[in-house]
Amino acid sequence: MNQAVQEKPAAKRKPKETGVPDNKKYLHPLMAKNYGNWKYHDRPRPGVLHHVAHSGDQIWTVRAGTQRQMDVGTIRLLCDIADKYAEGHVRFTIRSNIEYMVSKAEKVAPLIAELEKHGFPVGGTGNSISMIAHTQGWLHCDIPGTDASGVVKALMDDLIVEFKREEMPNRVHLSTSCCEINCGGQADLAIIVQHTKPPVINHDLVANVCERPTVVARCPVAAIRPAMVNGKPSLEIDETKCMCCGACYPPCPPMQINDPEYSKLAIWVGGKNSNARGKPTFMKMVASGLPNNPPRWPEVSVVVKRILTVYKDDARPWERMADWIDRIGWPRFFEKTELPFTKYLIDDWRGSRSTFNASTHIRF
Amino acid sequence: MAKKMHDTPNLDQLEDGPWPSFVTGLKELAKDKDYVVDLLGQLETSYRTKKGYWKGGTVGVFGYGGGIIPRFTELKDEAGKPVYEDCTEFHTLRVMPPAGMHYDTDTLRQFCDIWEKHGSGLIAFHGQSGDIMFQGATTDNVQKAFDEINEMGFDLGGAGPAVRTSMSCVGAARCEQSCYDEAKAQRSVLNTFLDDIHRPSLPYKFKFKFSGCPNDCMNSVQRADMAVIGTWRDNIRTDEAMAKQWFAKHGMDELVNDVVARCPTKTFQLKQIKNVKTGPSISSVAISDTHAIEIDNHDCVRCMHCINVMTGALAPGKDKGASVLVGGKSTLKIGGLMGTVIIPFMKLETDEDVQKLVDLGQRTIDFFAENALEHERTGEMIERIGLINFLEGVEVEVDPNMVSTPRTNPYVRTDGWDEEVAKINAQKIKKQQAA
Repeated sequence: MNQAVQEKPAAKRKPKETGVPDNKKYLHPLMAKNYGNWKYHDRPRPGVLHHVAHSGDQIWTVRAGTQRQMDVGTIRLLCDIADKYAEGHVRFTIRSNIEYMVSKAEKVAPLIAELEKHGFPVGGTGNSISMIAHTQGWLHCDIPGTDASGVVKALMDDLIVEFKREEMPNRVHLSTSCCEINCGGQADLAIIVQHTKPPVINHDLVANVCERPTVVARCPVAAIRPAMVNGKPSLEIDETKCMCCGACYPPCPPMQINDPEYSKLAIWVGGKNSNARGKPTFMKMVASGLPNNPPRWPEVSVVVKRILTVYKDDARPWERMADWIDRIGWPRFFEKTELPFTKYLIDDWRGSRSTFNASTHIRF
Repeated sequence: MAKKMHDTPNLDQLEDGPWPSFVTGLKELAKDKDYVVDLLGQLETSYRTKKGYWKGGTVGVFGYGGGIIPRFTELKDEAGKPVYEDCTEFHTLRVMPPAGMHYDTDTLRQFCDIWEKHGSGLIAFHGQSGDIMFQGATTDNVQKAFDEINEMGFDLGGAGPAVRTSMSCVGAARCEQSCYDEAKAQRSVLNTFLDDIHRPSLPYKFKFKFSGCPNDCMNSVQRADMAVIGTWRDNIRTDEAMAKQWFAKHGMDELVNDVVARCPTKTFQLKQIKNVKTGPSISSVAISDTHAIEIDNHDCVRCMHCINVMTGALAPGKDKGASVLVGGKSTLKIGGLMGTVIIPFMKLETDEDVQKLVDLGQRTIDFFAENALEHERTGEMIERIGLINFLEGVEVEVDPNMVSTPRTNPYVRTDGWDEEVAKINAQKIKKQQAA
């Protein structure tokens, strides 16, 4: 009998600090067997990968889109499908697609039929438009300028045809972000909140809620300084310096940056993480001022689809968005997409000189 | 049965269309949970007013300082009473997934049972840092849910100024391009820093990410403070049967326009078989009876393009390992930064190799903890103090692979030049003697 436990019945459970679990026991048996020994893969159809190991073993993967934020009913349904039509193992991709692995080619078609029957689109492989990497938005974030899951749902409704095909010049990665921090990350095309007015300060709350030196230090352009307002210690903003990034809002919620009208959406293109062909690239802002218009953000959808349509028609095989624009040049990008090139798209942040054309390389 | 649903005319429109709808899922949960009925009420309000209504706070589990994202409602009436009183707290548990995000269905079903009992029933696979996000629990239920998830062998991830949850690609488990055991590297590194994950006390967040090859499917270069990206040192491997098969299917136009012309260093050439060079750095393979591919691997930057296009016919070499880049991050505060090469190549085959990576991570985090300002990421710290000071701090020698070009301005004091040259020469001699 453990005396210590008896004396302290109310002792709280100590966490088992186990860290990252070993993934070996979760692997499909064929993946465990051929770990590190795969030879090649091909894609028998969109949404299906076929990997062949040096041992001769083969495995088929069926990839399907999900809504990412899933209710337990949906997850159990996905598990039922895995148990009945696959072999009890699944994995998720970085873009929240689910993957089912099977050991026989003849299991692929019934699995696809079952997934599609329940509304899970099969695709997202190869030269498709895959699921949009996204954030939390109004559902859970404490600083969101817009929603995430809703924007993604609305856009994927429009892009699902390209999710299920492999007809784009190369893979297309999309992301959305509900503030300028850009948790969504670099992508071929990204939709990001762009605030257009400085924060509105509630001076009654600043002294109690915000650690003022921290907030001052957070500002990228040193536009915030301590001030006494109405006899209370608060903060003030030099609005001629402020570029409305919203960096002060997370450490100081009384500095409200989100505005139903003035928080707009911007579109960025040409981000790429892969080293294939050119080095990884940052995406560039190409449009802004789009209204934050729930529940389906139609104005954003129009611009996104226009850029993707032009890219699909004009890019050569294997050109990612960035590769395509490298070939045709920015003037033609704006011409073809009919997007206005405004003065706001010329960089004036540090390092901007490297974005200027220091040559006579000009296309006519 | 839960209480009556609020009208949600905006959210209802997100049930239309072919893509799976999170709103439909939430409504299913709302059939049994007043909690989710009111969650939908608040979310609908956000859709109407275009404002967010969650604020942070302090909620945790016993023994840890992080890993829970607390959310309290700010949507209150004039008397300060929550408008949606059955959903005033909506905390998230960040839970670290197995490397590569593999699961069996028993595990997923257990997650569902636990979260149906203690939480909202909404789980995101996965958050942007890679966490399984158990979204929506009251303060009272956070500990109960964690205890059960923890008993399953899963542990909380990072939040705040901490080492964060990590991700690795499918990698060796199913990908022919894998250049190291990503899962082993991820687990070995992350599980060394559990204290820094669970008890946030760094200047700011620190992220590791693990991609098995330069395709960087984990987007590590632009997001990770330390990106471990697989690569190889020897020659690209070839398979003649598959090369000929590829050519028979795709033809000369595709080979020339899609592969030869897209090689970034133009080291990939198409030649008549009789003209193909041989030598220790040459990979070559016939694609027809008359023509062959020739690659001088010294000039290859391991970009992956030709291997991606002609998978099977071409493959990464056998002398595999990883490059390590430091300092990638997103926008705040100084703008997005890509990682910078600090280790051009390291082997990751043996336990000792992996330990060297762990040690590098340890030195980097120690230096970061000592030298970064509050809320400064590694990339910003390096920008402020200079790459050389960082390299000296983590005991890494300079290497021309770390730069795109040498400096383009004379604004540097070089009176230590001769000593540096002497040091480099001494190291050369030492290396020669060792060999």
